[in-house]
Parts: sequence; C-alpha cells; structure tokens
Amino acid sequence: MTAANPADSNAVAELGLEGGAAPGRGAGGPSAKRVYVGYGFWIFILSDMVLFSAFFAAYAVLAEATAGGPAGRQLFDLTSVAWETACLLLSSFACGLASLAAASRSALWFHVAMAVAFVLGAAFLGLELKEFAGLASAGDGPQRSAFLSAFFTLVGCHGLHIAAGLLWLLTMMAQVMAKGFRADIQRRILCFTLFWHALDIVWVAIFTVVYLLGKAP
Amino acid sequence: MKLLGRLGWDALPLDQPIPMIASATVAVGILAVLAWVVIRGRFPYLWREWLTSVDHKRIGVMYTLLAMVMLLRGFSDALMMRSQQAVALHSQGYLPPDHYDQVFSAHGTIMIFFVAMPFLIGLMNFVLPLQLGVRDVAFPTLNSVSFWLTATGALLVNISLGVGEFARTGWLPYPPLSELTYSPGVGVDYYLWSLQISGVGTLLTGINFVTTILKLRAPGMTYLRMPMFCWTSLASSLLIVAAFPILTATLAMLILDRYLGFHFFTNEAGGNVMMFMNLIWAWGHPEVYILILPAFGIFSEVVSTFSGKPLFGYRSMVIATMAICLLSFMVWLHHFFTMGAGADVNAVFGVMSMIIAVPTGVKVFNWLFTLYGGRIRFETPVLWAIGFMITFVIGGMTGVLLAVPPADFLLHNSLFLVAHFHNVIIGGVLFGAFAGYEYWFPKAFGFRLHSGLGKAAFWCWLVGFYLAFMPLYVAGLEGMTRRMQHYDNPAWRPWLLIAAGGAVVILAGIVCQIAQLWVSIAQRERLRDGTGDPWNGRSLEWSTASPPPAFNFAVLPVVEGLDAYWSIKRQAAGEQPRAEPTYGPIETPRNSPTGFVCAFFATVMGFALIWHIWWLAIAGLVGAWATFVVFAWRDRAEDEISAQEVAEIDRQNRSARAVPLIAGAP
Amino acid sequence: MREGRQTDASGDIAGLWPRAAFPGPRSIRGIQLGTACGPVALLGGCSGVLDPQGPVGAGEKLILLDALAIMLAIVVPVIVATLAFAWWFRASNSRARYLPDWEFSGRVELVVWSVPALVIMFLGGLAWVSSHDLDPAKPLPAGPVPPVQVEVVSLDWKWLFIYPDQGVASVNELVVPVGAPLHLRLTSGSVMTAFFVPQLGSMIYTMNGMVTQLNLRADHPGSYPGLASHFSGDGFSGMRFQTEAVTPAAFTAWVAAAKSAGPTLDRPGYVELSRQSQDVAPFTYRGAAPGLFEQIAAQQLPPGPGPQGGGSSPAATPVKAP
Repeated sequence: MTAANPADSNAVAELGLEGGAAPGRGAGGPSAKRVYVGYGFWIFILSDMVLFSAFFAAYAVLAEATAGGPAGRQLFDLTSVAWETACLLLSSFACGLASLAAASRSALWFHVAMAVAFVLGAAFLGLELKEFAGLASAGDGPQRSAFLSAFFTLVGCHGLHIAAGLLWLLTMMAQVMAKGFRADIQRRILCFTLFWHALDIVWVAIFTVVYLLGKAP
Repeated sequence: MKLLGRLGWDALPLDQPIPMIASATVAVGILAVLAWVVIRGRFPYLWREWLTSVDHKRIGVMYTLLAMVMLLRGFSDALMMRSQQAVALHSQGYLPPDHYDQVFSAHGTIMIFFVAMPFLIGLMNFVLPLQLGVRDVAFPTLNSVSFWLTATGALLVNISLGVGEFARTGWLPYPPLSELTYSPGVGVDYYLWSLQISGVGTLLTGINFVTTILKLRAPGMTYLRMPMFCWTSLASSLLIVAAFPILTATLAMLILDRYLGFHFFTNEAGGNVMMFMNLIWAWGHPEVYILILPAFGIFSEVVSTFSGKPLFGYRSMVIATMAICLLSFMVWLHHFFTMGAGADVNAVFGVMSMIIAVPTGVKVFNWLFTLYGGRIRFETPVLWAIGFMITFVIGGMTGVLLAVPPADFLLHNSLFLVAHFHNVIIGGVLFGAFAGYEYWFPKAFGFRLHSGLGKAAFWCWLVGFYLAFMPLYVAGLEGMTRRMQHYDNPAWRPWLLIAAGGAVVILAGIVCQIAQLWVSIAQRERLRDGTGDPWNGRSLEWSTASPPPAFNFAVLPVVEGLDAYWSIKRQAAGEQPRAEPTYGPIETPRNSPTGFVCAFFATVMGFALIWHIWWLAIAGLVGAWATFVVFAWRDRAEDEISAQEVAEIDRQNRSARAVPLIAGAP
Repeated sequence: MREGRQTDASGDIAGLWPRAAFPGPRSIRGIQLGTACGPVALLGGCSGVLDPQGPVGAGEKLILLDALAIMLAIVVPVIVATLAFAWWFRASNSRARYLPDWEFSGRVELVVWSVPALVIMFLGGLAWVSSHDLDPAKPLPAGPVPPVQVEVVSLDWKWLFIYPDQGVASVNELVVPVGAPLHLRLTSGSVMTAFFVPQLGSMIYTMNGMVTQLNLRADHPGSYPGLASHFSGDGFSGMRFQTEAVTPAAFTAWVAAAKSAGPTLDRPGYVELSRQSQDVAPFTYRGAAPGLFEQIAAQQLPPGPGPQGGGSSPAATPVKAP
C-alpha cells in the first residue's frame, strides 16, 4: 500500500484511484489551491448573504414603523437609484473585463479595467452618500424612526461593503503593479471579482425590496 | 472631544473589594508568568513556535488552553452565584444587585463564548487534518487570526472586571434593558464589542473547516469513509457559517442603537423588541447545536475505540447528524413561547422542537449498540462517554418537556430551565470536551494524562453535577425564577444549599484536573507513549507519531475504507514490515505574526470603542487593515522541508511503531 | 411571606395584612411551612407549579406530568441499558460475546428510528392539542361569578394593576374574586419582563408598546405569591406581589375600601410611579384616569426613565458613571 508522494494533487490523479477521480472529489485526494481558495471564498460570500438577509429581515419588520415620520414613498428618488444601479452594474462589467485581462496576463488592460471599475464604484458610493446626506439634513436621518434606522443600516451595510471593496480594488492594483500576475495574486483577484459581483446581486435585491417596493402605491 | 473619551479614574472599582482583589490577582499572575518566560529566555521560542504559529496542532492547543483558563473564571462566577443564593434568604447576601447581575451575565457569556466554543474548536482544529489524512487546514494563517481574535474577545471581557463594569443584562442582552436608557454604563458595550470581534474569528473558523472537510481529504477518503467526528465537525461548521452572521447583524443593530441613536429595539420611535428576540434566537438555537455536535462526534470516536468495535450504524449516524444540522434552524421560537405568538405558532415550533429529538435519540441508541458486543476498557475517556449517555438523556428529556408550550408557560425562565440547559451543556458539551481532551492529549504531547486523577476528576464532576443541578429542577417546579439576587421563600433554600454543595464537589473535580495536568507533566517519562497509538485507535490520527511532525504525514495515506487505520493495522499484522515509501520534499505554510498583530489592533480598537476614544478606535482599525496588507505583500508563503529531512523523521517514527504492530494484532 | 396555603373558611379580608419587608423570624415561617406542606414540599408542591389553584395551572400540570411519564418510558430503559451494556461487555468479562464486526443491523435500525419517531408523534399531538386548549389568550368559560378585567403594567420594579370596571388600581397586590374568570391585558411601562403567578398557571411577557393577554382563574381562596419571571434590572428580585383570591363579597368590600382612601392615579401620578424604585409596599389608588392603560400601551405616556444620574436604582450600589 505504498503511494507516491501525493503532496501534489496531479500526482494523485495519476494514481488512478476510484476510477480516476479528480483531486478534490474526496476519493481523488486534496484539491488544488486555486480550487479550494475560490471555494472557501464562496462560503464566505454565503455567510455575507446571511448577514444581509438579517438586515433585510429587520427592514421588512420595521418598514411600517415610521413613528409618524415619512415612509419610503415620500423619500426615495428612483432616478438617483437608477443611476446608482447603472454605475454598479457597469462597474461589475468592467471588473469582469479586468479578470479576463488578468487571465491573459495583460497588465495594461487589467489596470484600465480596474480603474474604470473603481471610478464607477466610487460614483455609486458618491450618489449614495449624497442621498444619505440629503435625508439627514432634512431631519430624516436614521435617528428619526425605526424604519429609517433599518433603511440606513441595510443600504449603508451594502455601501460599507462597496467602500471596503474599493480599498481592496486599489490594493489589488498595487499588488499587480508591484509583483505582476503571480499565482497567489491571481487567486486574490478571483476572490475580489467574486466579491464585487456578489455585491451587485445584493444591490439588485436592495433596489427591488427597498426602493421599488417602497415606492409602490 | 476628550482625549480619553469617557475613561477616567472612576472606571477602577476602588470601592469594591471583590473585583479589586480579583483583577489584582489576575494581573499579578499574568505578569508573573510573563516575567518567568522572559527571564528564562523562553520568549523567542514562544514567539516562534506558538504565538506566530499557523500549524493547526499548535493553534488547537492554544484554543484548548484558553478555554480551560476561562473555565476557571466562569466557574468562579458560578461559585459566587451559588454561594450568594445559598445565603440570600430574607437577606441581601454579600453581592449587591448590580454586582450579582454582572456575575451571572459574565458567567453565561464566558462559558458559552470563551469556554465551550474554544474548547471544541481547539479539539476540531487539532484533530480534523489528522483524521482527514492531510497536512493542515485550508487556510492556516486565517486559522491563526481566528484564534487571536477569540483571545481578544476573552481579554476584553476580563478587562471589564478591573476597568469599568460588565453587562448586567444576562448573557443575551435583551432590549430595552440593554439600550442606553436602561443600561447607560459601559457594561453592555464591553459585551457587544467582545462578541463582535470574537464572532469574526469564529465565522472564519467555520469557513476554514467547511473548506477543509469538503475539499481537502486524503486520497480514497470519500464522504462515507470520513470518521464520524469529521461529519459532526462539518455539520457544526456549516451551522457556524449560516448562523454567526445573524449574531453579527443583531449585535450591530444594538450597537447602532447605543452609539448612534438608531431605533431598532428602543421603546421609542417604532423600535421592535420582539424582533431582537427572533433574530438573536435564530442564531442562538443553532449555536447550541454548534456546541453539541462536535461533542457527539467525540463520543462516537471514544465509544467505538474503547469498545474495540466500529461505530454502529454509521450511515444512520450521518443522516441523523445532517438532519440535526438542518432542523436546528427551525425551532428557535421555543425560546420565547411565552411571548404570546398564539397557539398555532407555538404548537408548530413545539412540534418541530420535538422532531429534532428523533435523530438525537437515534444517535444515543447507536452508541448503545456500539457498546453492545464490545470489549470495553474503562479508561477515562469512556467514563466520560458513559456519564454523558446517562446525563444527556435526562437533559434531553427535560428539553422535550419544555418544548410542550403549556409546560413551558409554567417553567420558562425558572431554575428548571437553568437545570435543563446545564444538564445538556455540562453533560453533553463539557463531558465531550473533557473526553476529547483525555483521548487526544497523548497524541498532542507524546505522554498520557495520569489516569487515576482523571478518573477522580470524572467522579467529582459527575456527582457534583447531579448535586448542583437536580435540586434546581425542584426549585424551578417550586416557582423560583432565574437570576434572583435574593428571595424570601424558605422552601427554596434547602435546594439551593444542596446545589451550592454540588458546586463545591465540582470544584474538587477541577482541582483534580489541574493536579492531573501538573502530575502528568512531572511524570511524563513514566507516562510516555512512543507508539503514537496508546488506545488502539481506529482512525488516521493514530497512525502518526505523538506528537505528529509539522507536516503530519510524510506521505499522504491512501484510504480504502471506513476506520482507515484499523484496516491498516489488521493488514499489517502478520505481514512483513511495509516497504519504505518514496519520500519527497514537503511544503509547509510559513509562520506569521499576522494573527497576533491583528488581534492586538482589534483589542485596541475594541477598548477604544467601548470608552468612546474615537481617535484610538480609528487607529486600531487602520492598524488591523494595514496588518492584512502587509501580510498580502509577503513573497514566500511556504517553507520547504527537504526529502531527506522528511525521511529521517519518518524512519524514526516508523520504527517506534513497528514493534507493537508486529507484536500484537488487534 | 405568605405561602400558598388556604386561609380560613371565611376567607375574609383579615387575611390581607400589609406586607412587611421582612415578615417574621425564619423559624416560625419554617414551622408553618412544614405543617402545611410537609409531604408535598418534597415534590415542590407548596407554592409552586405542582400545586395549582385554578384550571389553567391544573391543565398545565397534567400536561407536564403526562409528557414526563411518556418520556420516562424511553429514558429509564436507555439509562438502564447503558449501565447494563457497559457492565456486561467490560473487557474483563470473558462470558460476554465479542462481536468485533457487528456494525449494522436493519432490524435494529428500524427500531432505533421508529421508537423515537412514534413517541414524538404522540407527544407532538399532545403538544398541538394542549397548546390550543391552554392558549393564554383563550378566555375561560363563563360561570356563576362574573369575569373581572385587569390591566397590568410592569414597571421598574413593581406591578401596577388597574381594574377598569371597578375604577380602582393597586400596586404590588392583585385581589381577585374566587371563581371569576380573569381577563388580563398586560403591557410594560419600561423594559420587558414577565407576569407569573405559579399557582394559577401560565406566565406571559410584558413589553412596552404592546399588549399581551392572559386568562386565569383562581378556584380556591388563598394568598398566592406572584413574581416577575424575566430579568428586568437591578431591582428585579424584589419585584414580587401577592395574589389574594377572596370571596366575591370580600372582593366587593376591598374595592369599596380602595375607593374610599388613597390617591388617584392620574397622568402625573403615573409618571411619578414609573420612576425606578424597588421593594414597594402594596397600596391602592382610589381611581385611575380613564384610558390610562391604552395610553401607556400606545406609548402616548412615555416609558419609565432609566437609572437617574447615571447610577443604578435606589437602594442598590452606585455604578460607575459613563
């Protein structure tokens, strides 16, 4: 029952175990790093979705608790939301282009695409901050009612994730600039793009549940 | 803006002797240990081999050590509670209400978050890669970060003893009592930040373990060839991933209420107290299954090893485990039947809570039938297992009783409830942790624990548990509610006196365990185990040396069935010694101070947020972020151990093991 | 402290002596307790949930004991089997058969899954039916004694009982006629807590801004201890009250006595009452402002303030200021 040193999963595949099971499928031995790093990050994204769903649940419970103050119908500006959505979706698209550039190891296009993604993401955040500032200065900040607390927290949590993502984006650009497309940096780029697209999905849920349903008669 | 926020000299409890003496003693103790380490020149070793280690075995030991130290703090709180209640009939006792309230809040918080969780996570950390036949968990540096963030949380809770105060709301801070209006002090803030920070650590652990179990296993180890402990660890880790974000979100909402004047749970402006209950228990119920499932896994390993038989009904156990995992998300409302949700809602959740008793019962029966037909050796771990089987079914029974809503209307929040959950947590989680500790200690350190003291500790814990908690069932039936600082019904007193006596017997058990560790270290040569397999084990961790080399396995084992090591041993008996494998170089993850440094900044940030020292909080946050960026900038993530070195280490281990393998077939 | 023993046959108002802070030497209490409750005390029967004095408590006790009996039928054999197997199959017992490969049996599996499942199905049915029968919001059937409405407000750290039909209110003492269906509507004037009279049955939470409901009945005259059964702050342990179940005539007399003396509970009076205090001796109000309970429940009257001056409640150790 000897085995070749199977520290490398390719060697394991050659062993012809279990009808040639691939690494990472139990019988085939441990997965390659790229596979399990991406997998682990997916699990993290799932946990982040649970976090958001808790805030969505709180929003749903508190949507009517306006404490005599304004409800979404009075406050939301769908035009601004449309612009924010466009910015974010296009930013995601740019991010997708960046990952294609990274796969083909083109530093120029990677940086261009990431820069575009950054600008669009920052535009999204700017529009959102403008909306928040407008509400707060009109006295409809999160301290006004439970509904507004829930609104600011849910949308703000997404905004915080975007802000953290923008910091991460810049860090990835710096890393590629300094060290090129090394294997570990590629894995991080993969994780970043997963994160960025996931935030897009959350935004779709937000503008549906919060803004569209909030504005509905 | 004041430089030190709301921190001032009045934060020190100079007028209260108990916290003053306690914190002074702890501070002196910590300084003494640090001084000894530095003076003996051990600090470089400590830094290199432990504090910056990313090796799952080292991290597992540190988690377990943290848990055992915090057990002493949590148990001191328990002794204080029992003694207060023993004397407080028609009397204020010796603990005024605001102090007593902190004691029971700290007791619960510490025991759940800083004893039970780290103890089991430590055992899972140590054992999982070894049982799966791989070299480490999926994300070793993240593992180190998780541990140190947990330690940060524990540190913050302990700082609250001497600087400021702790929460006075119970271990779950129900609003509006936990809102600023009714708890204006720093106590609830200590609780909130301590748990938010350690909660991040726990979530990362969950992600780490799920990825490891699903994606990193030895060749040939299909799902149905994984040891039972791996299955239960998987279920527990999935629960962590799914439930802890809910805790993070809920505590964040309370933080926003307290810090920024939001209105999630306040009495004013539309806040909804019932929402807190639902959210916190949507986390809280899965949490108790996060605790018990690894313990179930430990018992499966221990019962089967010491009966000399495979675990009975393995597939059934797997199904039962995953069923418990799923069902644990569907029962949360049984924690507040008395909130008035109506008969239909209460009945549905009552029935769901009973349904979860079915797979649990299946597991108990399967352990029973593992014992049947075995040749049981009464080593300490199996004593804990048998004690568990008897004690846990009683606790489970009272749980099912409480799951009947009309019964709960009488017994909710009473000492009956307190007895129930201690019954299942001590009888289940803690006994499991102790069994695992005794069982895997020789693997971690190369020598066994003194068995006489171990058995004495077991009997003290068992007898002490019954003396301490069975009377509380009676007191609950007599109408005594929980968390009472004083009372005036003399009927309750005899039961509380017996319970206090039980706590003293448990104290004797803890003293035995401390003595056991001391004596075992002193007598380690006599207790030495050179074979790596002191218990005639069945799973892969027993095929390594004790302690295993950094890389665990020189060559990843190829698994051909359940109880992988057992079949290896049976084949080996009577055969010629196996040919030496071909050795190759092995890459191991490099140590990193990331975890330690990140946790340092997290502690600074947490403390600063509690005391409203905003500039320091920002500095802490920036520092923590910078730590990760610095970590990301390193060029070498792995060290290489040469094939020759691997060969040398492995040959030594193989020869040590060959003797018992050839000599006696299992 | 009066226990749940029966008062004399007249059940008259003399049984309602004012509650002293520390009522009498412990030894006398102990003897009284012993003679009244001796054998029952062992089962926790004296002032607890196993000594119900009304139909709700009685029904719940029955459910509890039934469920316990059903569960014991499983648990006792499991415990016995565990000890028996562990003993018989010990390694030193050469008479025991060693079955080193026995790890699966279809028949055993069938039993192992079906026995718990059947028991749980039975218990589940019990839980479903009893949850509906004993729903706190379900009114009790009408009887010879007319029902009594009570509005309950939990405060820091005392209980306010408003009798809207009788036009009186009381603090820390709940007087009810024997045999009268009680319809309680409850809210909190501060934090969440729970109302509980163990010998009458179900407890229920009280929450600010919300109204919960509870239906109880006392079928025997007596003095039953009541308490807050959910931790509500530093003064929580003192948040107790007596429930006096008296004859309808005595109840009418009590109402009349309350109406003839004492302050009126108006808005300013309520605001004053809602400030933190503990160990409040029982007293009554000769009247309550109409709709006061609704105003409290709708938060038109603000909930009680928290600790004043950053400290904790009076008569408790000062806490460090924020």
